[in-house]
Amino acid sequence: MKEKIGKDYPIIESHEGGSIITTKLDDLLNWARSNSLWPLTFGTRCCAIEFMAVGASRHDFSRFGMEVARATPRQADMIVISGSINYKMAPVLKRLYDQMADPKYVMAMGACAISGGPFYYNSYSIVKGADHVIPVDVYIPGCPPRPEAFLFGLMQLQKKIRHERYFSAKKVKK
Amino acid sequence: MAEYKEVYLTSDEIKTDDYLVNMGPQHPSTHGVLRLLVKLEGEKVLNVQPHIGYIHSGIEKMTESLTYIQIPHLTDRMDYLAAHMNNEAVSLCVEKALQVEVPERAKYIRTIFDELQRIASHQLWWCAFGMDMGALTTFFYGLRDREDILDIFEETCGARLTLNYSIPGGVMFDIHPNFQRDVKAFIKKFRAKLPEYERLLTGNVIFRERTKGVGILSKEEAIAYGVTGPSGRASGFSCDIRKKQPYSAYPYVKFNEIMGTDGDTFTRYHLRILEMFESMDIIEQLIDNIPEGDYAVKMKGVTKLPEGEYYQRVETGRGEFGVYVISDGKKNPYRMKFRSPGFSNLFAINNIAKGWKIADLVAIMGTFDLVIPDIDR
Amino acid sequence: MTNDSLIQSISSLLPEAQIKMGFEYVEAFIPVDKLHDFMLQMKNNPEMAFDYLICLTGADFPDHLQVIYHLESTSHNHVIVIKVKTIGRENPSVDSVSDIWPTADPHENEAFDLLGIKFNNHPEPRRLFLDDTWGYPLRKDYQDDVHIVSR
Ligand code: SF4
Repeated sequence: MKEKIGKDYPIIESHEGGSIITTKLDDLLNWARSNSLWPLTFGTRCCAIEFMAVGASRHDFSRFGMEVARATPRQADMIVISGSINYKMAPVLKRLYDQMADPKYVMAMGACAISGGPFYYNSYSIVKGADHVIPVDVYIPGCPPRPEAFLFGLMQLQKKIRHERYFSAKKVKK
Repeated sequence: MAEYKEVYLTSDEIKTDDYLVNMGPQHPSTHGVLRLLVKLEGEKVLNVQPHIGYIHSGIEKMTESLTYIQIPHLTDRMDYLAAHMNNEAVSLCVEKALQVEVPERAKYIRTIFDELQRIASHQLWWCAFGMDMGALTTFFYGLRDREDILDIFEETCGARLTLNYSIPGGVMFDIHPNFQRDVKAFIKKFRAKLPEYERLLTGNVIFRERTKGVGILSKEEAIAYGVTGPSGRASGFSCDIRKKQPYSAYPYVKFNEIMGTDGDTFTRYHLRILEMFESMDIIEQLIDNIPEGDYAVKMKGVTKLPEGEYYQRVETGRGEFGVYVISDGKKNPYRMKFRSPGFSNLFAINNIAKGWKIADLVAIMGTFDLVIPDIDR
Repeated sequence: MTNDSLIQSISSLLPEAQIKMGFEYVEAFIPVDKLHDFMLQMKNNPEMAFDYLICLTGADFPDHLQVIYHLESTSHNHVIVIKVKTIGRENPSVDSVSDIWPTADPHENEAFDLLGIKFNNHPEPRRLFLDDTWGYPLRKDYQDDVHIVSR
């Protein structure tokens, strides 16, 4: 008898007896990766407070595997840009991103990180969107985004990770 | 066989070269993007030089092309933990210049919001400070109760953090019908909880050892460095604007300005806890007496301030916040300056931290309750 | 001290000062070369005792720059606004008061950073927020075609 575990992991199949599963290596990796996203503690503006709130008691993102915030980029899987980036900060952000080990993911939280937000017009020092500095995977709109929005963004990122291919990449037709 | 001899060295005899350590801009204990250049001899701090500007966003320049009705909405992006106080400061300044009398109801609502915001701000500070000192429990306790306040905010004005509630002329909406009930329920619950939270750190031996007598700021220094708010009051500097130049409904309430004498890290910590009790007292005096009537006076969309200069001070969670407007009679301010409490407080750190260990520097910085966008603007 | 007696004692202290009653506080214009001595007196004169510098900032005007000091006395509870005009806009310089009030140190750096006012005898002049290559953004003639749209 083949049993499918969860609707998100159709390919992981457990067999009778429960001690054997068959799957693809890609799926196994993605399953592991998407459920243990460790963020870097990086907060610039107000959204960082909301980010803390998501991590704390009521919303608790460790339900999604985003367990421990790491203070060093070398141990982090993802970076949540919570707040605006200005021209003085941009090289620092770039450097933090470069220090992270692959695979690495970026979430832009809030209007500031997406486009400059409230500081779009007439602010001389704000970079208009963090994606001018580093590539962004998921954008979460809001000023600040609600915790629910953040969790939804997190789930989108997990979905994205689950569709990555490392070993079974499709051959590009010539 | 060589003779074995024990050698004891005191820390004065072990000499090392001075070295510079770069703390930040991405560092978990700087609460944002502050960068400190710390000069150390061994573990002893010789000099701290704050480098700021990593989140500078030119708000003062932006205000020069915004109208007076738009500006308050920008200010809650500065000190987001005291968003309502910042809104209120600009509103009060504009009202003062135009000589608009705000309805009593709006004054009461503003004051209640101020104090709720102060509790929320101190709560967040408390949980972050506990984390700085290695106590993770405070993080979960503090943010749990803060959510209750945010729910109250959300019910009335729709936002959790950046409230945009106070506008020139009053407040944006009337309070939610459940507001009074919810606030009272919260106060009842929080009154029971807060002593427990206090015991968690205040009686803790490790915590006391690390904070008592550490990082002393004398009263004279506090005044000279312009350290205001709970940090200034812990040194005995009576700097509460709510007492000195009462605004909104503060003239109607009785409350104590809580003062310390020691000026050390522990006093700064404990004073904030006591301030939360005091805030609850203020709310309790007001919550049942909110007068009926309008919640705002009608203001024109484009307001022109008469020519002149206006300065308005309010007390935020971190200290004295000032709005200084130079108006040339147009619809935009000619120059607007925000005197932020964190900016002055931060630069007193060098004076305090000198001579202490680097671990104490983290504790000292924690008690100053720094919000970096408030410093950088 | 009340505002009236403040006006009187300042005019006796420095007859050149132009004093006027502002909206709320007394505003006094001080000649730029007398600033440091005057400020020293403001702090040390027991009648004034302005020991707390609330706010120091600058502003740009068409033919000069201004530095504005908000002072408070913690013992007498009075507030005063002191202003100086710099000479011209090209090379504005004002004496530093950071030896009188240490808090003036960062505030003066901020004014230097954003407005380009030089403070003589400042212990540690540096730009606080921006890089050395930036212009002075709070000046009215600051040019930035990318970020600033004039409406
Ligand atoms: S998007 Fe809004 S809430 Fe978030 S950091 Fe920017 S200004 Fe603050």
